[in-house]
Amino acid sequence: MPLYDFIVQPFLEFGFMRRALVACLALSVSAGPIGVFLVLRRMSLMGDAMSHAILPGAAIGFLVAGLSLWAMSLGGLIVALFVALAAGAMSRVTPLKEDAALAGFFLISLAMGVLLVSLKGSSVDLLHILFGTLLAVSNSALLLIAAASTITVIALALIYRTLILECFDPGFLRAVGGKGGLAHAIFLALVVLNMVAAMQALGTLMAIGLMMLPATAARLWTISIGRMIGLAILIAMLSSLAGLIISYHANLPSGPAVILSAGFFYLLSLAAGSNGGLLRRYIRRPHLEH
Amino acid sequence: MGRGLVGNPVEAAPRRAVQQEDRRQPVSPLSQAEVLRLADVTIAYDRHPVVHHIGGAFAQGSLTALVGPNGAGKSTLLKAVAGLLPVTAGEIRFTIDRRAIAYLPQVVDVDRSFPLRVIDVVDFGHWRKIGALRRLSREERASSVAAIASVGLAGLEHQPIGKLSVGQFQRVLFARLMVQEAALILLDEPFNAIDQKTTADLMDVVRGWRAQGRTVIAALHDLEQVKRDFPDALLMARELVAWGPARQTLSDDNLARARALAASWSDPAAAICAR
Repeated sequence: MPLYDFIVQPFLEFGFMRRALVACLALSVSAGPIGVFLVLRRMSLMGDAMSHAILPGAAIGFLVAGLSLWAMSLGGLIVALFVALAAGAMSRVTPLKEDAALAGFFLISLAMGVLLVSLKGSSVDLLHILFGTLLAVSNSALLLIAAASTITVIALALIYRTLILECFDPGFLRAVGGKGGLAHAIFLALVVLNMVAAMQALGTLMAIGLMMLPATAARLWTISIGRMIGLAILIAMLSSLAGLIISYHANLPSGPAVILSAGFFYLLSLAAGSNGGLLRRYIRRPHLEH
Repeated sequence: MGRGLVGNPVEAAPRRAVQQEDRRQPVSPLSQAEVLRLADVTIAYDRHPVVHHIGGAFAQGSLTALVGPNGAGKSTLLKAVAGLLPVTAGEIRFTIDRRAIAYLPQVVDVDRSFPLRVIDVVDFGHWRKIGALRRLSREERASSVAAIASVGLAGLEHQPIGKLSVGQFQRVLFARLMVQEAALILLDEPFNAIDQKTTADLMDVVRGWRAQGRTVIAALHDLEQVKRDFPDALLMARELVAWGPARQTLSDDNLARARALAASWSDPAAAICAR
C-alpha cells in the first residue's frame, strides 16, 4: 500500500519522527484553545510579542548552562512573565495602551536576546532557539511539553467561563464580582508556558504559528467557541502530521513545514470558510422569500 | 415559567438579603420600607463635586426616574449606588444585600462580534449563583428562556448576538437583568437610541419588575416619558432640586432652577465647599 508507506512508514522506522509527532500532537491540544482565546481577545499580536520576550531569558540560561533545556526554559519563562506583567502594569499607570507598552518591551527583549546569544554562541545556536529542532526532541523536552499541555488544559477548564465573560463584557463581570483580572493573568502565564514548552521543538518564533494559524482558521468556520477550540486542535494536529510527512519525504526542515501546513489550512479557510470566508462574500446567491 | 418572573423578589434575591428582610415580614409590594438611603452624599472627581450633598430614600418597590441636565451627575450617582465609585463624603446605606443590585450602564462595553448566542449572554445573569465553575441547573436555564420570551425574543435563543439589531441587543441585556433577580435595578439611559416599539416593550418589563416589588432607578432624559411612565422622579443638577411624584418634581419652576444651576458650573474659581 503506497499510501500506508507514505504516511505510516516514516514513523514506524524512525524514533525521532515518532517523538516529533508526539511533541506536536501534545502541543496541538493546548496551543489550539490558547490560540482561540488570543484571537477572541484580539491579542493575536500579543502572542507574537511574547515569543520574542522569551529570547533574552533563554539566552541567559544558555550563557549560564549552555544548551541546557531546563536552564533555557526557566530563563525564558521568568523573563517572558516579567515582560507580560510589566507591560500590563505600564498600561495602567501610563497613558500607553497595553499593546504599545508590550511592543516597547519585546523589541528591547529581542535585541537583548540576540546580543546575549552572540556573546557566547554562534548563529547556529540562535537559529535553534528561534526555530527549534523538531527532529531532535529530547526526553526531557517531551516531558516538558506533556506537562505544559496538561496544565494548560486543566487551567483553561477552570477559568473558561470567567475568561469568556472577561472578553465579552468585563464591566458586567466586575459588577457581579467575578475575578477577571486573575483569569487574565493566569491566561497570560499559560501563553508563556506553552511557548517555552514549544521552544526546543518548534522554536519561539514557530511555536506561535501552531497557536495562531489553526485558531484563526477555525474562527472562519464556526461561531461556537467550543467548536472553534475543537476545530483548532484538529487543524493543529493535521498540520503537524502533514508537515512532518512532507518534511520527511521532501527533505525539508520540519518546523517550518508544520507551520506552513497550518498556513495552508488558514489560507484555505480564508477562501472557503463558512463563517466569513471570501467565496461566500463574492459568490452571489439568490435571496430568500423572507 | 421562570421563577424570577412570577415569584416574590425578596424570596428570589440572594440568601443574605432574605435574612435581612425577614424582620420586616410580611413584605408587600407596596411596603414603604426603604431599600436605600442617600445620607448627604457627595461624589467628587479630583475634588470637584458632581453629586453634591444629596439626601433622601428610595422605598422598596418604587420606580424612580433620575432626571437632570447634562453633567448633572446622574450616571455618577448610579455608579456609586452600584458600588463602582467611592463616595467622597456622606454615605449610601442599604437595607438589602449589595449583591442583590443589578446595574445596566449607559454604554455597555461589549464586543458585539463575540461568538456568543442570545441564550449564552442571558445565562451570564446567573453568575452570582453559579460563579465560574458550577453547572447551570434546569430551573436556571428555564428562567433564562422565560426571560428571553418576556422581552419579546422568543425563538431567537440560539441567534448569534452579532446578528441582532441595537434594539434587540438591548432586549437581551434586559433579559440578563431579569435573571439576576435583583432587589434593586439601576438603569442608566436604557432607552437611548432605542426605537419606540422596543422602548414601549421594555417599559412594560420595567413595570413588571415594579409589580414584583423590585425597586427600579432609571436615569432618563425624555421628560415626557418620565411624566407618562414613572410615578416618582428625582431631579438633580449636581445638587438635589426636587424629589417626589414625577409631575410635581418636573414642574416648570424646578426645571428652570435646574437649568440655572447648570449654568453656574462653568465657574473655574470654585471655593472650598463650606457645607
